[in-house]
Amino acid sequence: MTTTGPYDTQDLNDAPDASGDPYAESRPTADGRVYTVSGGDWDAFAAEAAEMAEGSLVVNMGPQHPSTHGVLRLILQLEGETVTDTRCGIGYLHTGIEKNLEFRTWTQGVTFVTRMDYLTPFYNETAYCMGVERLLGITDEVPERARLIRILMMELNRISSHLVCIATGGMEIGALTVMTIGFRERELVLDLFELITGLRLNHAYVRPGGVANDLPVDGIEKIRDFHTLMSKRVFDYIKLCNENPIFKGRLVDVGYLDLAGCMALGITGPILRSTGLPWDLRKTQPYLGYDEFEFDVPTWDTCDAYGRFRIRLEEMVESLRIVKQVVDRLEEAGPGPVMVDDPKIAWPAQLSIGNDGQGNSRAHINKIMNESMEALIHHFKLVTEGFSVPAGQVYSAVESPRGELGVVMASDGGTRPYRVHYRDPSFTNLQAVGAMCAGAQVADVIAAVASIDPVMGGVDR
Amino acid sequence: MSDDEVTPDVVPAGTPTLDVVDVRSGMFGASDGGDTSGFGGLVRTISVAPAASRPYGGWFDEVADSLEQAYPQFSEAIEKVVVEHGELTLHIRREHLRDVAQVLRDDAALRFEMCMGVSGVHWPGDTDRELHAVYPLLSFTHNRRIKIEVSCPDTDPHIPSLYEVYPTNDWHERETYDFFGIIFDGHPSLSRIEMPDDWPGHPQRKDYSLGGIPVEYKGAEIAPPNERRHYS
Repeated sequence: MTTTGPYDTQDLNDAPDASGDPYAESRPTADGRVYTVSGGDWDAFAAEAAEMAEGSLVVNMGPQHPSTHGVLRLILQLEGETVTDTRCGIGYLHTGIEKNLEFRTWTQGVTFVTRMDYLTPFYNETAYCMGVERLLGITDEVPERARLIRILMMELNRISSHLVCIATGGMEIGALTVMTIGFRERELVLDLFELITGLRLNHAYVRPGGVANDLPVDGIEKIRDFHTLMSKRVFDYIKLCNENPIFKGRLVDVGYLDLAGCMALGITGPILRSTGLPWDLRKTQPYLGYDEFEFDVPTWDTCDAYGRFRIRLEEMVESLRIVKQVVDRLEEAGPGPVMVDDPKIAWPAQLSIGNDGQGNSRAHINKIMNESMEALIHHFKLVTEGFSVPAGQVYSAVESPRGELGVVMASDGGTRPYRVHYRDPSFTNLQAVGAMCAGAQVADVIAAVASIDPVMGGVDR
Repeated sequence: MSDDEVTPDVVPAGTPTLDVVDVRSGMFGASDGGDTSGFGGLVRTISVAPAASRPYGGWFDEVADSLEQAYPQFSEAIEKVVVEHGELTLHIRREHLRDVAQVLRDDAALRFEMCMGVSGVHWPGDTDRELHAVYPLLSFTHNRRIKIEVSCPDTDPHIPSLYEVYPTNDWHERETYDFFGIIFDGHPSLSRIEMPDDWPGHPQRKDYSLGGIPVEYKGAEIAPPNERRHYS
């Protein structure tokens, strides 16, 4: 920061640095003496702040702070080390996805929503596609295999998302090993995503009417390998963290939010379940046939960051259970369609890898370019114009790793979404920061925010 | 959606409850040039779900009955009840929103403890009800979901805030204000949340341009998405 002294005060300009502050060097210039403030002595600053009448200090943390989970800006009001008030500044990652959706076809929308909460792309896609399918009235016509693959991808995604939460949360409280092993395992899940969808982070794999492509030939085998490995490795986290005194010292009784607080603030997901309420949409309002699978809803009753950590660990174990059952079902059922049997909605081609990358399959290209003019017209119309969706409004919700991910979707009967609004759990849960951190230490703010696990891509959209 | 005035006489006789959203003509989105297809004369009426009549089906009637009992001005407060895609939506007059929400939250037979935020929708063709706000509600006690919907005209974009009933709506109402310009009366600090504080306009409104720019790729220029042909 540079401040300029007054003009026409040559004597002031020439005078030796009156303050003698080692952190505010000054030099004379034609415009007066210029001070460069390059830092400060914290003790002197704190002593000065203590003398001030209010006795409180407002500190800005973020949006570029490594422990704020992305571009979250926290405005902390401190009395000494105690946080008296916390406010959040968001919007640094706002990209106007909801507005952009309104200018693309319903199918292209998937490519946008997958980029919202970038740690849970399959949840964004599935919630969106479930909404479109309900507007179209084809929910029951989505093939069994597509439904199973959606569940499979979502549960794998839950594992990768919780791994990032535990890994970065561990790093923020100084447990670097948790971070390195967390990202090691997440990489395995991302490899599976790449194998199945062709992409690691933003897939656009779930489409209205089904999924873009069937599993590859070695898909089932690779998922089984991962399942075997991860079933062992998940105990590394349990052994490393569960009874770790430093871990517990940083997390137990930190970020307290009870059931009444969760209800009032609209908090869902692991935070709600850490109050002891077993509310999980997969159990309470099953969608996509989740009730066909055996799994438990882990809860904890401490309402704190440690409970949320334990819930996430146990949810990974439960997700592995579901993955196993889905893979068994997929193998048993054998190959089948993965897209609704309606040529007016279904994307006409399957994807395949060519020598220039991923694209429409050769068989389909051959058909439309060499054999059938009608198929070419149909392909062209479906790709450029898309399909129209009857006018109406729905709310479709899934249980994402962070809580209830809801989509309010309105159609005006056109080929493009009229309005799609994401009720992202990160956005809502982040409102709890103030309640969780009041009266806590500054260091607890980090642990509390990490236990909320906000993803700013989802918060700002 | 075009800015055509909604003409009531295109609604077939005997269906006065249809809510006409738009009337569209032609196909292929092209209005210039000669019409060689013959589809240019096509006229279609786009309407949303009409008001439902009793019985609504399932537990929807229980909810309506309980609300009617707990809130005596029911018939005055509820504009219409819509049942579509297995969801119950209560359209509420904005003067009654806060009181109805309080009853929906607290009455033992209703108990919609959680509000899933508020979502704005801008329907420029819906004269004097241009701005809509949709609140999905969730009841843990009864494991039920309903939606309530409120509308206000563009010229008087005020809706009472539900912050006191559902504190979770703090940020959601700020977001809807930011994107649609709906002013939630009674909100403690209604300010922009996603856009910068000095941003002009409300970006999610239909009269706010996407502001895309053309992209050149391998010599060909591709028009921005808001200027490409759009199909009706």
